[in-house]
Amino acid sequence: MLRFASIRLVSLSLSLLAASIVIFAVVEVIPGDPASYMLGMNAQEDTVAALREQLGLEGSIVTRYFTWVTGMLQGDFGTSYTYRVPVSELILARIWISLPLAVYALALSTIIAFPVGLIAAAQRGKATDTGIMAATQLGVAVPNFWFAMFLVVIFAIKLRWFSAGGFPGWDEGFWLSIKSLTLPAIALALPQASILARIMRSSILDTLDQDYIRTARAKGLTRRQAITRHALRNAMIPVLTIIGMQFSFLLAGAIIIENVFFLPGLGRLIFQGITQRDLIVVESVVMLLVFAVITVTFLVDLAYAAVDPRLRRR
Amino acid sequence: MRLPRTLILGGGLFAVFLAAALVSFLWTPFDVEILNIPSKLQKPNAVFWLGSDHLGRDILSMLMVGARTSIAVAIVAVGIGIGLGLPLGLWAAANHGSWLDEVIMRGNDLVFAFPSLVIAILITAVFGPSALNAIIAIGIFNIPVFARISRGAALSIWTLDYILAARVAGKNAVRISVEHILPNIANLLIVQGTIQFSLGILAEAALSYVGLGAQPPTPSWGRMLADSQTMISFAPHLALFPGLAIVFTVLGLNLMGDGLRDILDPKIRRSRR
Repeated sequence: MLRFASIRLVSLSLSLLAASIVIFAVVEVIPGDPASYMLGMNAQEDTVAALREQLGLEGSIVTRYFTWVTGMLQGDFGTSYTYRVPVSELILARIWISLPLAVYALALSTIIAFPVGLIAAAQRGKATDTGIMAATQLGVAVPNFWFAMFLVVIFAIKLRWFSAGGFPGWDEGFWLSIKSLTLPAIALALPQASILARIMRSSILDTLDQDYIRTARAKGLTRRQAITRHALRNAMIPVLTIIGMQFSFLLAGAIIIENVFFLPGLGRLIFQGITQRDLIVVESVVMLLVFAVITVTFLVDLAYAAVDPRLRRR
Repeated sequence: MRLPRTLILGGGLFAVFLAAALVSFLWTPFDVEILNIPSKLQKPNAVFWLGSDHLGRDILSMLMVGARTSIAVAIVAVGIGIGLGLPLGLWAAANHGSWLDEVIMRGNDLVFAFPSLVIAILITAVFGPSALNAIIAIGIFNIPVFARISRGAALSIWTLDYILAARVAGKNAVRISVEHILPNIANLLIVQGTIQFSLGILAEAALSYVGLGAQPPTPSWGRMLADSQTMISFAPHLALFPGLAIVFTVLGLNLMGDGLRDILDPKIRRSRR
């Protein structure tokens, strides 16, 4: 187990290293110098040079890359070009919107998908199953931002149950904040729940074909007992993998959904950074998202190896 | 052989949008680049079948041209995925266990680790928003998908007796890959191709929704949704139709993928029942 964990840890670090190089390289290609962009067209050359110095834009690409990476390792993400505050501050202010949103959506998606997938599997081939499969097929095809727009029309504009957008801030009260994240979370969760329910169903059906289920039925268990006592636990393995993967989709999806609901999260921060040529913000936020995704994948892998010794031998 | 219902239904749905896209090259009810402010924001009626937008453009015509954008972006993105991913996968399989295989597969893992939409946003933001950059951004993430699937399938075929026979006959790895492996994994590629196609349509819609896809005046479904957002409370039809176009195209492709898999992959056909 320790050997497996350390091998995975090395590959995790290599992935992060490679990711940081790719992100840095891509962002470096952005045409236009942030310093001259910030100072406008009529800026003096020496002013621009001074600002470049101040922003840490001087020096070779390699030096700047190492400054960036070593800084990040110490929690220093640099200083935003436009806001003139540490990037870590900007990220900290916004991550408490994007992260809860993704977790909220993941929870919703799981809560919806489990019973739905289970019912479909238990009713295989019957009308309920067909209906559920058709509904999930539709759910997979719906773009979440479009669904979000109609959620706003129905629940915010017509029924006035929720606000159409914006975020009050956690200081204004926990439930108020949760409430403002509810529509975005539903919009994010629906397509993911459809995917998860389908996987849940097929995973249970796969386990139902196994010999040990036949044995369980032969010794007199009902179909329901066989599912709850034996099939469910084994069917969870692929389902958990997908849940781990969905976290990354949800974090990325949150970026788009934040735009629909005007939520000041990481997604808005990236878009502002892009339009204002605030490269350091863009780089750091993207790196953070990639870090989150790679780490979650790593933890899921580790969790499996702990549960299922067969997986350690890869 | 009886065709699966999913294939007929899905194929039919997709064919409608494909036909709309093709017809739009020759004819659309109205010119989508000409503004007609006096007849703005009309509800669906006899003249404007699906209504008109805030600039008086015909929604149906815009949807038809938008279908062109969506389908073209997704097709080329799948093409990039197959064009680069397939040779890489075959190459890795032919050199199974060597450092080359390792490098290709680890590179794939790396691309998989990235949240694709975030990187697509980054790429289109850096190189400027355009349909071409959207294609590249979506296409890059198709490469590892096809590399992995063709490597996996090819590996199992490499162990078969007729490959051994071909090697004894003096064929090299490239010829074996092209003449014997490729025809045997084509089914899988077609099925995966439809899935990636539908994902590509969704990704293109998301990118153009945030303004990073095809640029105006070229109509695109995502862009139409973004434009309609501020008017949705009094003109919901502006948001309804482009959204439905996306849903039905993606649904059609997904059903088609399911149907094709039922026909082309006997293993899955048996286990599915």
